[in-house]
Formats: sequence, structure tokens, C-alpha cells
Amino acid sequence: MLLQPEMPILQVRNLTKHYLPQSGFSFSGGKSVIKAVDGVDFDLYPGETLGLVGESGCGKSTVARTILRLEEPTAGEVLYRGQDIFSMNRTELKTLRRKVQVVFQNPYAALNPRMSVEDILSEPWVIHPDVLPRERWADRARELLVQVGLRPEHAERYPHQFSGGQLQRIGIARALALSPEVLICDEPVSALDLSVQAQVINLLEEIQAETNIAYLFIAHDLSVVRHISNRVAVMYLGRMAEIGPASEVFNEPAHPYSAALLSAEPTLKPDEIGRERIPLKGEIPSPANPPSGCRFRTRCWKAQAVCAEQVPQLEPRPPGSNRLAACHFPMDAPDAEIPHYLQST
Amino acid sequence: MTEPLLTVRDLKVEFQTGLETVHAVNGASLTVEAGEIVAVLGESGSGKSVTAAAIMRILPIPPARIAGGEIIFQGRNILTLSPSEWKQMLARDVALVLQDALSALNPVYPVGWQIAEVFRVHGERSRKVANAKAVELLKRVGIPDPERRAREYPHQFSGGMRQRVMIAMAVALRPRLLIADEPTTALDVTVQADIMDMITQISREEGMSVLLVTHDLGVALRYAQRVCVMYAGRVVEAGPVREVLSRPAHPYTLALLQSAPQARAEGERLNPISGSPPDLAHLPTGCPFHPRCRYAADVCRASRPAETNILLGRRVECHRAMEVLDVVAA
Repeated sequence: MLLQPEMPILQVRNLTKHYLPQSGFSFSGGKSVIKAVDGVDFDLYPGETLGLVGESGCGKSTVARTILRLEEPTAGEVLYRGQDIFSMNRTELKTLRRKVQVVFQNPYAALNPRMSVEDILSEPWVIHPDVLPRERWADRARELLVQVGLRPEHAERYPHQFSGGQLQRIGIARALALSPEVLICDEPVSALDLSVQAQVINLLEEIQAETNIAYLFIAHDLSVVRHISNRVAVMYLGRMAEIGPASEVFNEPAHPYSAALLSAEPTLKPDEIGRERIPLKGEIPSPANPPSGCRFRTRCWKAQAVCAEQVPQLEPRPPGSNRLAACHFPMDAPDAEIPHYLQST
Repeated sequence: MTEPLLTVRDLKVEFQTGLETVHAVNGASLTVEAGEIVAVLGESGSGKSVTAAAIMRILPIPPARIAGGEIIFQGRNILTLSPSEWKQMLARDVALVLQDALSALNPVYPVGWQIAEVFRVHGERSRKVANAKAVELLKRVGIPDPERRAREYPHQFSGGMRQRVMIAMAVALRPRLLIADEPTTALDVTVQADIMDMITQISREEGMSVLLVTHDLGVALRYAQRVCVMYAGRVVEAGPVREVLSRPAHPYTLALLQSAPQARAEGERLNPISGSPPDLAHLPTGCPFHPRCRYAADVCRASRPAETNILLGRRVECHRAMEVLDVVAA
């Protein structure tokens, strides 16, 4: 390996994506900026799986699309091995695209129905001809199929001849064709049945053990993320609420939003079955008009005056830990239960 | 013991596609008692939604065809009712909530008007009274500022709020049975929890039974009292949900639990079910699960296991159920 293991492969710094209002007629009459992602920081290390969770509209998919340069950011930077991907020239960008690949949620939409599986798997080599000599394509495509648990003869078939789980394997095989270092997985198993989902999750784990590939694993299913991730990042309304080792975030969440989200998940683990749910007030606010200060404060049972005034920064919780949370009154702070009028300011 | 509210007995539904007959439901049996929440759990193609559609009489006929069995609801076989008799029972006795609330609502009418329509169709003469009842229902399903929201259109509601509107319409006439087909599948977990809590509360307050169709083991465990696990168009295991999911007797139920990240301890590998889901046009002989079953023996290939009662209130269709139970207990 060229890099030290502790050197991140991707560094996301103050990533911001605002969507400007569309010109022309609008049903809602809205003219406000949608703040889909608003200052997100995280690192991704070789060989790790970073789970990215949060509810609809929290910006997790926008983060993925921006890292892939499918969207131009409003501000901030994404460093791939120290180099900002938004200032890369064409040649550099082409290398980046080789090294950062993606698997999407819907394999039916991601694979061209008119191409054979062999052609689908060879397409990356058409675009990056220096990776593999042409005479090796047919063999390599079959090797990839075996690697994802399919058979070599499947190379001659077409997408409609496969089930959803098999198609997702083909999508993964295509992403692996260029031996990437990072795989962005945007809800890769959400459309799959439980038994098939388990096969694909195991496959992703095996590939990582073999190749040291890093996964940014985006999913709304908390149990899947908990299972596959080394670290987990929780987003709320375009900001990072909490990030840290998966066991810490899931077992002792520091941010009240993480705690509420986890408590809502229907679990099957015997020791968690009777657990109290933390209900949230109201609905998620519009990203066009997010609350001042902490974005979660309008729904938080711990919110106090300071939460409306100051934006909480990501800080180690408990102090000294490598888990970070952006909250003025995190779950582990004992004085959070003391009414604010009794606290010294 | 009194008669159950709903009894589905040996239901068979076929779909004719080209030259093939797809056996979507292949002898499914289940019961729902008054006031209880029963989860119908299964993967795609298990027949859970087709069973729900058959109970609601909303199957597309053709290509669908009811090939056998009966559905007894409040003592009457609803498959033999005339359309007008059935129409009288809809909404009053049995109501439906689907996954996709947006396509179930009419985009050009305010939601309050659509809820009020349920009352008007079922005999309420006064528009004013119907509208007031609609506002009352919106309040009941937890929609803030119901007077104002009643005048708004479906596109102005979030996914979770639309599903609340659907539930308001479904429970408007206090049906005895609510059939909820994946009611929270498209929603975020916090919204899902709010809506399932609300359905549970209405069920408890009104004594309304719920047939909850879901693919999510955790949802079944948290919200239902009993569960029916479906595979290849049959209910292969049924019983109290906590017992079935903590001590499954059917190898398929056990396999589902072993492939669910929700049920696995930290660091424990998932154990997926081998093979692929059954081809419903060409079902295997004997037990439909035998090609994928770790416990399959010769008898499983030869004959379909009969429905067997094991333990109290539990039934299973498996030749080797007692061995599976022993393995789980060990």
C-alpha cells in the first residue's frame, strides 16, 4: 500500500450543496434556497465501512452524489488522497472515476437492458482502455461474475434473465471491474428481500476482506448499517449530528436525534425488545428554512434557549473519545436533565 | 370459543399468464380474532399481498382467479356475496390501507372533502356534519391544525401525513377489520413508529382487528400479537409472534431470522437462505421449501406436510418441526 493505514482516502470538508430556486412558475411560490447539505465533514479510511444514516431529505444521497461529482458543491471540498476533486483536470478526474465507484439502489435502472452481462462488465474497460488489454476482457468478466457468486456462463445473458438480487451482484461486479479503492453504496440492498439482502451484505463483506476497499454505505435501514459498518455517521437536515464507531453510536448514542432514531427502529434483539421509544415532536422542518442554531432543536426534548442561538459543533463525546456529536446537551452529559434555570450559564 | 372475526380457509388464487398458471396463493389458511393485530409476514412473491387483495375482493379478475377456498368474515363467505352486498360492508366492516398513499388519494380534491365523502356515501345527508366529522378524524390521527389541513390537497402533505389521512378514511366508519398492506414501508423509521403506534391505539380503543401485511420481522414483533409466516402461497407457520420469532418451528422462519441483521448479535455473520425463491408456476413436489431447506429429508420431497398443531396456539407445516424446535432450544 502506498499510504499509511491512518491516512484517510477521502476527506470531506465543510461540504455544502444548496439548490437555487428554479426560475419560472412555482406551485409553492417558493423562492428560497434549499440547503440540502450544509457544512458536512468526515473522513473515509481504506478498508473501512462508514455507514451514513438519516431520514429522507437529510442530505445523505446528496453527499454521495457530490463525492461522485455528479453534483457541483456550493462550497467545501472533497480530498481524494489529499487532492481536491473539484479542482481536478480531465485526466485526474478520469483516474478518480476509476478509483471511486458506485452501486445504486435500483439495479433494474442501473443496468442497460439491451447489453449482455459481458458487455455491461466490459464497459468500464472501454472507457478506461489502459486498465486491461482487450483480449483479457472476456476472461476477466467471467472472473468478476464468479467473485460475486454468479456463474461464468451468465456472461452471455441479458439483465431481464436475472432476479433483483442477481442484478445487484452484476452491478457490484461492474463497480469492481476497475479495482476501485472506494465504493459508494447508495441503498444497495434496500430493494432486496431479506434472504437476498443477506447474501449481498455477505458478498460486500467478503470483497472488502479480500481487497481492502472502503465503503461509504448509505442506507435508511439502521439494522443493516449497524451490521456492516465500522463507523457510523448520523445526518439530520443537511448537517452531521453524530459520527463515531458503530458500536458506540448504536449502543450509547450521544446526540438526542440518534437516540430517538434508534429507539424507533423495530428490533429483534431480545435485550432491546421492551425498550422505550423516544417520540419526536412534529415533523422534519423544510431544508429551505431550517431552524436557527441546532437544526434538531424544534423536535428535541432537551432543547433550551442556547440551542436556538448557537450552532453546536462536532465535539468528542465523552471528551477525549473518537466519537463526535454536535449537541449542546448530549445524552451522556448528566447535567442535561437539570432544568436550565438551575444551571450556571 | 367463539367464531373468529375472519377465517381464511385453504385459499387458492391463480394468475393466468400466457400458457402458464402462477399459483400465487396455494392453500393459505389464517384466522383473525376480534380486536387482535395479526401480522402476515413474507418475502416478495410469498402471496401475502394477494391474500390481502382477495379478502378485499380487489384482485384483477382476470388474470387472477380464485381457484378454491373460502373467506369467512363475520360468519359470511365474502367470496359469494353479491357486489352490492359487499359494497355495504366496505368501509363499515372492513377497510384497507395500502403502501402508496399518494396514488390512493385524489389529487384534485381537498383531503377533508375526501374523508367527508366516506360519510356522505354511507348516509350522512349534511355536508356540514360530514366535514366536521372529517376534521375530527384528522385530529384523531394526529394531524396538527386539522381545520386548516382539511382544506389542503394531497400534494401539500408529507408521506407520513398522507398515510395518516388514508388511515383516517379507513377507520372513519369504525370497521371491525383493517387490512394494512405494508402501510409504513415507504416511510422513515420515526414516522413508521408514529403511525404504527397510532394504528395500535385505534385498534385497542375500538376493538378493531388489524391484518398487517409486512416483510419486516421487527415490525411484526413490535406491533402484532400473532404472526402468520407465508412461503410460496401458504401459511407455513402461525402463532403468538414472540414465541414464533424467538422459537421458530419452521425452517423457513428460522432461516429468515438468521438472515436478518436485526436479529444478529454484533459481529455475527448473516446466514442467508440458499437457492432462489420458488417459481410459482412450477412449484416443487412435497414441501415447497424443501429445495432450500437445511433439514430436508426424503419425506419432504415426497409429500407436502400437513398442518400440525404444536404447543398451544401454534401451528406449522413441516415434517421436521419438532427437530427444528429442538435445535432452536439447544
